[in-house]
Amino acid sequence: MSRNVIVWAVVIIVSAVGGALIQGQIDQKSAPVAAKSEPKSAPAATTPAAPAQTAATGGTLDAVRQRGSVLCGVNTGLAGFGIADSQGKWTGLDVDICRGVAAAVLGDAEKVKYTPLTTQQRFTALQSKEIDILSRNTTWTLGRDTSLGLNFVGITFFDGQGFMVRTASKVTNAKSLNGATVCVQPGTTTELNLADFFRSNNMKFQPVVIESLQELTGAFVAGRCDAMTTDISGLVSIRATQAKPDDFLVLPDVISKEPLGPVVRHGDDQWFDIVKWTIFAMIEAEEKGITSANVEQMKSSEDPAIKRLLGVTAGNGEALGLKEDWAANVIKLVGNYGESYDRNIKAQLGLERGINNLWTKGGLVYAPPVR
Amino acid sequence: MAFWNDRHTRGVLYQVAALGGVILVGGILVSNTMDNLARQNIATGFRFLTREAGFGISEHLVDYSPADTYLRALYVGLLNTLRIALSGIALATLLGIVVGFARLSSNWLVARLASVYVEVTRNVPVLLHLFFWYAVVTQAFPSPGAALEPITGFFLSNRGVAISWPGLGVPTLDGFNFRGGAVLSPELSALLIGIAIYTSGFIAETVRGGILSVPKGQLEAARSMGLTGWQVLRFVTMPLALRAIVPGTTNQYLNLAKNSALAVAIGYPDFVSVANTTINQTGQAIEGVAMIMAAYLTLSLLISAFMNWYNRHVALIGERS
Ligand SMILES: N[C@@H](CCC(=O)N[C@@H](CS)C(=O)NCC(=O)O)C(=O)O
Repeated sequence: MSRNVIVWAVVIIVSAVGGALIQGQIDQKSAPVAAKSEPKSAPAATTPAAPAQTAATGGTLDAVRQRGSVLCGVNTGLAGFGIADSQGKWTGLDVDICRGVAAAVLGDAEKVKYTPLTTQQRFTALQSKEIDILSRNTTWTLGRDTSLGLNFVGITFFDGQGFMVRTASKVTNAKSLNGATVCVQPGTTTELNLADFFRSNNMKFQPVVIESLQELTGAFVAGRCDAMTTDISGLVSIRATQAKPDDFLVLPDVISKEPLGPVVRHGDDQWFDIVKWTIFAMIEAEEKGITSANVEQMKSSEDPAIKRLLGVTAGNGEALGLKEDWAANVIKLVGNYGESYDRNIKAQLGLERGINNLWTKGGLVYAPPVR
Repeated sequence: MAFWNDRHTRGVLYQVAALGGVILVGGILVSNTMDNLARQNIATGFRFLTREAGFGISEHLVDYSPADTYLRALYVGLLNTLRIALSGIALATLLGIVVGFARLSSNWLVARLASVYVEVTRNVPVLLHLFFWYAVVTQAFPSPGAALEPITGFFLSNRGVAISWPGLGVPTLDGFNFRGGAVLSPELSALLIGIAIYTSGFIAETVRGGILSVPKGQLEAARSMGLTGWQVLRFVTMPLALRAIVPGTTNQYLNLAKNSALAVAIGYPDFVSVANTTINQTGQAIEGVAMIMAAYLTLSLLISAFMNWYNRHVALIGERS
């Protein structure tokens, strides 16, 4: 009896001590890593103004520099936003954000590795550090911005949700969809707005929920659903890639706000800033009339704001932890916001600027002062 | 004698140490995960279950609306999984038995056809079965407006099958879809046909193997006693063959239950589909995946327990334990 007690006591003590030791080792192991990354990420710490804000979990900038590429999560294939051609070359407005960040950080817009992600995979891929930026027609919502541990960087496209139907169905507005079967992708804001819309209008619907966009579109085209719903830009893109686009009609109703933009992880303020100001630099460049074609001449402009943007007057680069020509590289290698919009959204989908025009031209696109 | 020299004590010691090790490793994993999630500000816990789900589910055996909670949505998904698992098992067993016997038929053509069936169904990946049947169901049938009505009150369209059903009324076309009657959706039909046919190939082989395992002498003895063909089958072949068939079939049932999770590919709202959506809307992947694992583990254990009970039931008296 007493012998058993001794055995148990020994076992418990040994496992407790062992556990504490192992746990201690793990803690110790993670501590030096965090400590090491801090001095390194403080870029050329010559002035006290250099950013000291790199959080313990940060270090994305260092990782990108060491790796020599930006890991970018994109759509599996949505013309205008993110799509690969037969040579594996990615294009799109969302793709251009990643190319812009690569130009700002590495001076080369092609140093991007793309990971195509479905609606369901995208947030986990970012949380688990498989990617540095998620740039994939993702709607900014409170929940995603907080409890998912993510930060929305800004808005690169102001969108709204709509419906697409078969032209032959003679349906011309969303209110006449009572009782319809609707094709929708899971894990989207779309899925929730759809339910909200029908609920608030006292109408009934049957969802058909399929994860792969290709399978879902196939089901809609085959007639499984009376309507398909997603962001209007997405509908226009899907319609444009059909064999007979005229067989399908995007209804005029807009049932939600879908501000789309890139996302980064919580806890790395410096990286958050870099992505954010890359977008603002593209917008500012359009406002100031700087394009990929004229950026070199513009360097000799007398406008102090242009001089600061292009790094002729130093300061911005250092504040971000980048070289002073960061924005000039973004504009030279990717172009300003309007150039990217025109070659992707306008050329491929035929969508006019509308509310995505500059604030000076009646739109919502606006950048804070780049100084 | 020191206590560590005692064989029994040492045995206990090893076991306790092993258990302690497992608990320790598990504890470290859990605590590290929680730390990491907290550091990244990712929400944890199961509080989200009582929040409003906000998404629609097309097929529900109990009342459901987007205003219900995530818990309710998951319950709807679980019932849908049970529905497909049980109906799939029933249909696969039926097909498997028929094909298994057909392969042993003395009719050359029947036996050949059965072999072809077995080879084709077993050697095509189950996901392709599903895509194939889903394409057949959605593409081969007309729109609801032009639905086929081979028998009065029985409508076939790319919205599935609608049948008059006592208590549910007669299906009538109302706007976009049929109202009333019993409806079998294209998703459920394709999933049921797909996984049942796939699994039936394996079950057929198990059935055939079981029957072939019955010693020839037993059959000859039975026949020489004057039993008819049916009596031989009922009283000699089946009792002996079942002993070999049941364990193999159990595996196939477990596979079928797990394969039903591929429902998500063709839009049947099973547990995985609803849980995936929940994970994506709430961001709570770990909790969601844990629930999926728990659900399938429970389902598998229940199937195993039932089949083990049945296996003991069919075992020879002397072999029962
Ligand atoms: N903006 C919505 C929806 C975005 C979305 O995922 N849209 C679909 C339909 S256009 C898509 O891009 N699917 C492509 C894919 O899954 O790869 C959201 O963030 O939830």
